[in-house]
Amino acid sequence: MWKWLHSYADPERAYNLSGKLLPWFSMLAISLIGIGSVWGLAFAPVDYQQGDSYRIIFIHVPAASMSMSAYMAMATSAFIGLVWQIKSADWAAAAIAPIGAVVTFIALITGATWGKPMWGTWWVWDARLTSELVLLFLYLGVIALYASFEDKVLAARAAGILAIVGVINIPIIKYSVEWWNSLHQPATIKITEKSSMAAEMLYPLLINILGFGLMIGAITLVRFRAEILARNSMRPWVRELAMTEGVK
Amino acid sequence: MNARRKKRLALATALIGGVAAIASLLLYALNSNLNLFYTPTEIVQGKKDTGVKPEVGQRIRVGGMVTVGSMVRDPNSLHVEFAVHDAAGGEVIVTYDDLLPDLFREGQGIVAQGVLIEGGKLEATEVLAKHDENYMPPEVAEAMGQSHEKLDYNAEQKAGY
Repeated sequence: MWKWLHSYADPERAYNLSGKLLPWFSMLAISLIGIGSVWGLAFAPVDYQQGDSYRIIFIHVPAASMSMSAYMAMATSAFIGLVWQIKSADWAAAAIAPIGAVVTFIALITGATWGKPMWGTWWVWDARLTSELVLLFLYLGVIALYASFEDKVLAARAAGILAIVGVINIPIIKYSVEWWNSLHQPATIKITEKSSMAAEMLYPLLINILGFGLMIGAITLVRFRAEILARNSMRPWVRELAMTEGVK
Repeated sequence: MNARRKKRLALATALIGGVAAIASLLLYALNSNLNLFYTPTEIVQGKKDTGVKPEVGQRIRVGGMVTVGSMVRDPNSLHVEFAVHDAAGGEVIVTYDDLLPDLFREGQGIVAQGVLIEGGKLEATEVLAKHDENYMPPEVAEAMGQSHEKLDYNAEQKAGY
């Protein structure tokens, strides 16, 4: 049943497929983030309490929710790489980690910037903020582990185990605001019931969340391709590629 | 699936299961310590599960809604006194001597950090406004009767700061 999928574990096919997908991902990401940001930052109505300051939500929420999605994608790749010993999956996990770290950092910085005028403080050690900070450290740990071994098979195994162990942090981040009382507000966008946000603010936000997801996908593809080339630099197909594409 | 893969799958699944079990036990044990603040009811009656009450002189945070109509401001200084309540009916008086955050108003959720003094009062050193998850344009808020007005400070209060 899954046999057709196995053929994409082959580095050359994975490289070519991600090359074909890349323009779609990047074009969609640019247009969605463009539409969502202009709509959200310029045209969406002001909030009744926060005025214009709430607009940071159009960056903060996409970054925060995608920091968790990217982690799940990374951990899933690492899991597949670990169990089925598919090297391409390990490379994909290694490709996602730095992007996830940057997105997490953006979420933390935008959150702090909003927190200062609204809450009255940059940072407070409540469950949500702390667990998101732990997520950043998990990403940094995965990056560091992958970088610190000369043997990349071993490196991917070590980083993969950390990535899988860290999955436990994702439900903690997600439900921290419900399980414990915290300064951070509960989720605005709800899947099962009506979201507690006016529709004309919600649509640009949803567009930006989708756009951020695609942007992470696009950058992952670029990094994935580079990782494949770096790990296969001695293979004939890579040398041939280098000849035809031309290292000038 | 061959035997080696099966073994690795079992190991990886056991790893996730084990970590999940450890984490949930840890979080269960730490549960009450992970709360950022006491609710007013917990200060008055003690915590629900342990009955532990914060003592006078202890530095704590209290979180709840500012009771409508409870705010008393000193016209000559920044001193302000208000009650914080929660849904369970507890109420605690908070005193504060500094500028309040922009979102502060009666009916707003807040988190105040300070020292518990005699009579169940909290002498706050920091008051943070807790924003809720609702976002709406001003027209909608007005229609729902939830307009928001910022606090004004007069010249004398400003001079005292």
